[in-house]
Amino acid sequence: IRIMAGKVKWVTDIEKSVLINNFEKRGWIQVAENEDWNFYWMSVQTIRNVFSVETGYRLSDDQIVNHFPNHYELTRKDLMVKNIKRYRKELEKEGSPLAEKDENGKYIYLDFVPVTFMLPADYNLFVEEFRKNPSSTWIMKPCGKAQGKGIFLINKLSQIKKWSRDSKTSSFVSQSSKEAYVISLYINNPLLIGGKKFDLRLYVLVSTYRPLRCYMYKLGFCRFCTVKYTPSTSELDNMFVHLTNVAIQKHGDDYNHIHGGKWTVSNLRLYLESTRGKEVTNKLFDEIHWIIVQSLKAVAPVMNNDKHCFECYGYDIIIDDKLKPWLIEVNASPSLTSSTANDRILKYNLINDTLNIAVPNGEIPDCKWNKSPPKEVLGNYEVLYDEEMAQSDGPDRDLRSRSGQSTGTKGNRARDSGKPVLTTWK
Amino acid sequence: AMLDPDSGLSLTIARIVQRLKGSSLYSQLERQARVSLHKPEIKLESLKEDIKDFLKTSGWEKKLQNAVYSELNMFPSPCHPAAPPEHMKEPLAYMRKAQVGCYQFYKLLSYDFQRPASEQKELLNKWNEMGTDEPDLSLFRPVYAPKDFLEVLMNLRNPNYENGEQPSFRNHLGLIQVPLKVKDIPELKEDFSELGLNTGQLGIDDSAQVPPEFFENEHVRVGQKVLAEQDSAAAQQYVRQGCPTALRADLWALILNISNQPEDILYYEQLKSNVIQHDLLVDSLIYKDVKLTASNDDYYFVFEDYLYQVLLCFSRDTSVLEHFAYSSATPPKSYIRGKLGIEEYAVFYPPNVNYNSFILSVAPLCFLYHEPSKLYQIFREMYVRFFFRLHSISSHPSGIVSLCLLFETLLQTHLPQLFYHLREIGAQPLRISFKWMVRAFSGYLATDQLLLLWDRILGYNSLEILAVLAAAVFAFRAVNLMEVTSLAAAE
Repeated sequence: IRIMAGKVKWVTDIEKSVLINNFEKRGWIQVAENEDWNFYWMSVQTIRNVFSVETGYRLSDDQIVNHFPNHYELTRKDLMVKNIKRYRKELEKEGSPLAEKDENGKYIYLDFVPVTFMLPADYNLFVEEFRKNPSSTWIMKPCGKAQGKGIFLINKLSQIKKWSRDSKTSSFVSQSSKEAYVISLYINNPLLIGGKKFDLRLYVLVSTYRPLRCYMYKLGFCRFCTVKYTPSTSELDNMFVHLTNVAIQKHGDDYNHIHGGKWTVSNLRLYLESTRGKEVTNKLFDEIHWIIVQSLKAVAPVMNNDKHCFECYGYDIIIDDKLKPWLIEVNASPSLTSSTANDRILKYNLINDTLNIAVPNGEIPDCKWNKSPPKEVLGNYEVLYDEEMAQSDGPDRDLRSRSGQSTGTKGNRARDSGKPVLTTWK
Repeated sequence: AMLDPDSGLSLTIARIVQRLKGSSLYSQLERQARVSLHKPEIKLESLKEDIKDFLKTSGWEKKLQNAVYSELNMFPSPCHPAAPPEHMKEPLAYMRKAQVGCYQFYKLLSYDFQRPASEQKELLNKWNEMGTDEPDLSLFRPVYAPKDFLEVLMNLRNPNYENGEQPSFRNHLGLIQVPLKVKDIPELKEDFSELGLNTGQLGIDDSAQVPPEFFENEHVRVGQKVLAEQDSAAAQQYVRQGCPTALRADLWALILNISNQPEDILYYEQLKSNVIQHDLLVDSLIYKDVKLTASNDDYYFVFEDYLYQVLLCFSRDTSVLEHFAYSSATPPKSYIRGKLGIEEYAVFYPPNVNYNSFILSVAPLCFLYHEPSKLYQIFREMYVRFFFRLHSISSHPSGIVSLCLLFETLLQTHLPQLFYHLREIGAQPLRISFKWMVRAFSGYLATDQLLLLWDRILGYNSLEILAVLAAAVFAFRAVNLMEVTSLAAAE
């Protein structure tokens, strides 16, 4: 029995209209952080404070926040890779068929992150790998930054001399997270459309990690570079060729404010089905769903599954010219800035559907609820993986894979079962 | 001498060109253009338009216009006083004049300048990314927007038309005032029988709620069989129910008889090298229109560079004209024949609308074909079979005039209240639907739906479905439309 039926009181430290309009349209009441609030859409800095040992405080049952306390296990580039590597090793140890490797020692089903090393810690390991293929290109990314900041490409060891020095100097070298980088093998054969490189931005909502329950937003989009792609070494430092971040591309000469260089995932699907065929397209999308679920499973054991929390991640995926998807990174705070009119509509609906799932009926939440929303409120989300349902060996699901643009994820079937039903995919 | 109506205008044009080329005016114009290169006001960066301006301000353009008009006046009008309306294949004098007007402009644009070698090399390198490198376009304006073209069509009159011959037409309240024969609903139902409610259709009967065993699976299987047997006629029949996305590219190629042989690829490469070697003034229009149209489009911006490639090549392709002369019963009358080369006019196909319509008819094809030479051939074939009819004036049942009339007739016959209402508020339905039809709905429908529509164009070898769809849209929105009070609101 509710003691107080009232309007949800909300706070945010992210001043974005797509958020605020959604709160207001529900008739929720804005309050300040130090007042009694029910719903707080926080920046990642704030979540750190809320759950920090020194400054943190306990949340009450009627309070919900939009981040998990240690989301960085998934959303920091180095920790994501670390967790996935750990997860793979564990599966290997327990003899799981998921961890099967091919004759070259590569994981068949779990090779979805490019070879990555932490710098400066793994510098020597990196050098060893680099020397195996000295003509390769690598991409350097600062661990704690976003929006493409500080990213650069290298193809010579000399270009990262600094990290060599750091690794060789005394072990007291401060490795503040600001200085830490990851270096990954650059995917220099991205799938090109119209000659341009693009990546995929997909939104994934996680309401609980244990049991894992996650939803995929059907309306993702592709972000195109404004400049034709070339792997030529003379253009390695042209970020307009290589980095798809809107924050970067919007400064290019050819950036267009009407479409913002964005394509819907349905366009992508239409294009791929028309030019490559249905089977390979379905396989691609199945694999994309697969790698998202695997990444979540990888971090699930180490996540603080605080019941006050949900999170909407921005997944960045790149497809190579063999139609293999690669997980590039996961964003805890996907941009809510709208670069175009369509963008605004999409993000508005995204938040709307997210709130409908996270805050049932728009009423004052009770964090003890079972986090199982009815199908009708999903909006543009669809269930990506539901561990509980999977384990209860659900009834016959629709196993058919369909063409059509209205949902991009019709190949959703086998994922709903918790067992690796790999034989249907691979 | 009286001209043979079936080849009237093209012959006229060809003769004019021939005569002008041999005239002193021609060599004078050429000399003027080259001499002007030395003038200070002619800048390298804006070469083409500076020369154009110069020719205009120095009066040479007018001389050219006059020359064309006087040549035209020397040929008697090919009108047959006794010809009954249904035999009218010849564009009317008014149509011809309208065509000539825009035609002159394009003639000027066809002045051909050879690019300097360094520019050639640069363009060759940049062939694949012209979207990021185009000349200053601010002074070029499109010649005809769809509404201008509509004005031309509205003013078409057959001077031989006698009201008594088609009593039903007397009551026609639409914008089109030429009494062409169009089909009625019973005839359409018969012609388009595969679109009946009892026949499965892709785009409807394959939606998520429908079990695929019902229709989809079998339809796909049949499609695969048709492709395996490479049966063009069967393919054409098959696509009437829509193409599965994965089979569409091959089915269309089969119907259009495009096989992308080595000689086809070579032909395309030759066109491409011609683009690189020779600059046409009209190229600037192409750049501008692609930028205006495709670059701003949510679906097609990705293919911007392909569009340049296809259109620049197309504007130099003589084989298109040969196709018309050989195979079409009513060849479009407004084309120049010319040979490619440094000194002569390049071939150009002046549409009666601006390039947007071209662009929008290539763009959706980019979703199907990513190999430039195949994309080019498919587009060219679609153009010579179908799309040209949307840009030229003729009495053909798939011509734009007939489509407009079909649309208006359907609407006036079956939704008379709506028709009168819209007319009353100054929103003649054709004013709204014209741009949809003239662009075959490209830019107005999501690409997956557009492709399903074009499946039927190919399947029925007719553009009539565009008029039917346009009327259906009005029928679908009839309730809302009855309440609007202005054209803007109706739009």
